[in-house]
Amino acid sequence: MQRRYCWLWKSAMALLAVALAAPGAMGQATAAPSAPAQTVQAQSTTDQYLKRFEKMITVRVLPNGLTLILCRRPDAPVFSYTTFIDAGDVDDPSGESGLAHMFEHLAFKGTTEIGTKDWPDEKIALAKVEAANNAYEAEYRKQVGRDPKKLEELHKAFVAAQAEAEKYVVPNQFTQVAEQNGAHGLNAETGLDSTQYFWSMPENRLQLWAWMESSRLADTVPREFYKERDVVLEERRMRTDSDPIGRMLEQFLATAYVAHPYGRSAIGWPSEVSQITATEAMAFHKKYYAGSNVVEVVVGDVDPKTDLPMLEKYFSRVPAGPKPEDLTTVEPPQIAEKTVVIHENTQPFYIEGYHRGSYKDPDDAVYDAISDIMSNGRVSRLYRSLVEKQQIAAAAAGFSPYPGEKYPSLFAFYAVPLPGHTPQEMRDAIHKEIEKLKTSDVTDAELEMYKTRARADLLRGLADNQGLANALAEYQTRYGDWRQLFLQLDRVDKVTKADIRRVANKVFVASNRTSAEIDTIQPAGGAQQSGGAQ
Amino acid sequence: MTRTTGKKLFLALGMAALLAPVALPAQQNKPWEKIPIPPLPAFHPQQPKRIELKNGIVVFLQEDHELPFISGSVLIPGGSRDVPAAQAGLMDLYGMAWRTSGSEKMSGDAMDSYLAARAAHIETGGDVDSTAISWDSLTKDSDDVFALAMDLLFHPRFSAEKLMLAKQQEATGIVRRNDDEGDIASRESNKLVYGAGSPYARQPELATIAKISVADLQAWHDHSLKGKLIVGISGDFNEAAMEAKIRAVFGSLPRVQPLPARHDTFDGPKPGVYFINKDDVNQSNIQIVGLGTERNNPDVPALALMNDILGGGFGSRLFQTVRTKLGLAYAVDGGLGFSYDHPAPFDVEVLTKSASTVEATQQTMNIIRGLTTMPFSEAELKMAKDDILNSFLFRYDTPEKVLGERERLEFYGYPADYLETYKAQLEKVTLADVTAVAKKYIHPDKLAILVVGNGPEIKPALDTLNMGPVHPIDITIPRPGAMAGHPGAAEKQQ
Repeated sequence: MQRRYCWLWKSAMALLAVALAAPGAMGQATAAPSAPAQTVQAQSTTDQYLKRFEKMITVRVLPNGLTLILCRRPDAPVFSYTTFIDAGDVDDPSGESGLAHMFEHLAFKGTTEIGTKDWPDEKIALAKVEAANNAYEAEYRKQVGRDPKKLEELHKAFVAAQAEAEKYVVPNQFTQVAEQNGAHGLNAETGLDSTQYFWSMPENRLQLWAWMESSRLADTVPREFYKERDVVLEERRMRTDSDPIGRMLEQFLATAYVAHPYGRSAIGWPSEVSQITATEAMAFHKKYYAGSNVVEVVVGDVDPKTDLPMLEKYFSRVPAGPKPEDLTTVEPPQIAEKTVVIHENTQPFYIEGYHRGSYKDPDDAVYDAISDIMSNGRVSRLYRSLVEKQQIAAAAAGFSPYPGEKYPSLFAFYAVPLPGHTPQEMRDAIHKEIEKLKTSDVTDAELEMYKTRARADLLRGLADNQGLANALAEYQTRYGDWRQLFLQLDRVDKVTKADIRRVANKVFVASNRTSAEIDTIQPAGGAQQSGGAQ
Repeated sequence: MTRTTGKKLFLALGMAALLAPVALPAQQNKPWEKIPIPPLPAFHPQQPKRIELKNGIVVFLQEDHELPFISGSVLIPGGSRDVPAAQAGLMDLYGMAWRTSGSEKMSGDAMDSYLAARAAHIETGGDVDSTAISWDSLTKDSDDVFALAMDLLFHPRFSAEKLMLAKQQEATGIVRRNDDEGDIASRESNKLVYGAGSPYARQPELATIAKISVADLQAWHDHSLKGKLIVGISGDFNEAAMEAKIRAVFGSLPRVQPLPARHDTFDGPKPGVYFINKDDVNQSNIQIVGLGTERNNPDVPALALMNDILGGGFGSRLFQTVRTKLGLAYAVDGGLGFSYDHPAPFDVEVLTKSASTVEATQQTMNIIRGLTTMPFSEAELKMAKDDILNSFLFRYDTPEKVLGERERLEFYGYPADYLETYKAQLEKVTLADVTAVAKKYIHPDKLAILVVGNGPEIKPALDTLNMGPVHPIDITIPRPGAMAGHPGAAEKQQ
């Protein structure tokens, strides 16, 4: 549903969706005959844009640790914002998978001031909901001596407590006020590494937005939590349980990781999501929504001189708190190849992944180069080989990092077999192309093409206020400096052919590999007349 | 993997008053209403220059120097609805093979390499009513890329090899089309609305794509290029110089020939309950469908507001009840559609766990029925208007959006000031207007309900809807005896 971020993070889901929806439409291509050598000129172009943006951008770190970035672009009387929280489902405590995402849903439910008819009384009612839930859950989780009759009574009491609390709710008031005031593209995303909230608005609503956004960051309440939990379970059914690729990816990651939470279902295991409590969600908020963990970016028709004091005032309401520590768990080296084979009545698919470093890995840009040369468009090696030459796949590509970037991640390859071709053929063909990367250098043209495209894609991404807000927030969070959005091109420029061979030999080895495939089995039952709806 | 709280919903409004229990006093303190909202500065987005050539071709030029890129497109009338039924899929194959085959001057493969080295793109594609070629590049490469795009437009080479490649990819899509529940639901509900044989619903089959030849692609191309082309260029160029360049290329073409008028009939679905079994899902995808209308219908402004009240966003009746109040769905939305030149479907969708299929269907149907029985309030109308009108400028807040809108209006023959007129009409809509259009266009007894889901898990079963017999739909993919190049094609699958 969402816009893609043009720069660093490539969503595997988007890639897979593209591969499945439109096998032919893969964008453009690779393996150029004689690429124009324009590095120097292009580099100066980038510097010129960095200088321009330095004049447009103001950064302020507030006493509570929150970083505020304003980018002034007054072309139209609108602005876009991104609230970037440096926490996602990778931070869910054990037994509470899906918690970061549950909290994200809660952040749309309002505050002590918006969405309620009477907060003091609602607060008391919500405490009763929590107590009723705890009593129900305590009975539900009894291994020995669970009393079905008592459980039913406790459930009734829980439902009654919710109904009582709902009397105080003005449902969806927070989002209604936003939408009534022209919010466009209002949404949020929870990933493994981060949570982002965003929308665009007419510029005369800047102060209203600042009140709303700072309110929900500072003053979240556990409103309608348990109904929303049911909604999230429906979201899981849609994205994972009822989607062959969703099911496969969940098993693929759960197999690839033995220790690090990147292997855990990001939307949450059903048993855990269905038992997350509002108390747990509020504890997550207290720890991870402290000012030091938040970057707030506004791009558009804003003026730092007049708007910054107002924004500082509102966002100072976000509580201060220590920057949460990073996870202790480091995925241990993989020592044996692992494979998941799903036999079911859906069409075949193949994916494999190799453990690689995080975005901080000195070879991060080398991985990007490999992914570009192997996968970007019709000139890419995998397309030329599997799709065009051998004609065994409708689409084939590599992508990285997946499923996250903050911690050591995977470099993945996938292929969609043509009718009559098997996952095993995809695997063999992908391995042949990987072997070429290990044994011979990529061409000068391929390497230059990667660098040219990295620069052009950076500039193309600057056009859109919302895309720019997201990118500035991500780079500020990941590097402590939004300028890295531009300066990362230095790392791109330094990638050599030897780097690519070295990294391929280090990472793409069998013992570091996990693969997953769907092998088609035929249905047992017979068919009625064919052709679909008449 | 990212998730979202809701599907992207452009429009919304609420009805808090309607759902609020009466026992408690209304909310007293609304601090957000005390925040000043200054008047929005006047905003007159830069309009592209429109040039009508003597032969009838229309050109739009949108100069914009913010970034060092130039992009362009040529929109060509005629699309999949104009393709004979026996050739269903031709438009997809054409869209792929046109570009991958390349032009007289440069093969598709060479073009791939040439463009990739410059981070440039040229792409082609086909749609229901049009085809298009588009390109973009850095300013410094733009003369070369433009020349190449024009060579591809006027001198394509349509190779048998690339057509075969396109057929393989199309075949992959066909044999995979029953894997995804949402794809099945949208495809089959569309067929219920328009009829399976309708030019707006028919689907490519292995048998129809097998017959399509290079000559068919060339014939389509030669014919469609006689139509009224619309050229749009935006970015980092000088308008006068670009105009001269475009005139040189397009000015000498013969007078454009308009496509013959279409005479489609739209009867809407046969009412009833339809079911497609899918045994590997735990959630039902429910589509409630009927026939919508066309955008040039004078009732559209009132219908747009009604849609907002029904399923526009977080505050809509569907969202408030089915999602927020009942927790039955993550995805619930929809409304009465309007296309530019033919009736779009009425389509409300709700995705719910198998066990609550009947309950969610009933709740959703009740809300649809409620459009004619549950009076709209002034508060609902005000919120719908606020919502649409206050976000209206996001339809033209960038030069690219303004250009795209002008091309669209030109293509469908709408006046250039359509958006302004539409906005003024929205402002004037009254409660009586919304009530009247709801009565005129919402006919619950004419709707079809399609459920894609896991039959054995759906308890209570669909017959408890008491809406007549449940009609099973078989979606088995027809397999021709054998298809060259596809050893597995004869397998019987799903």
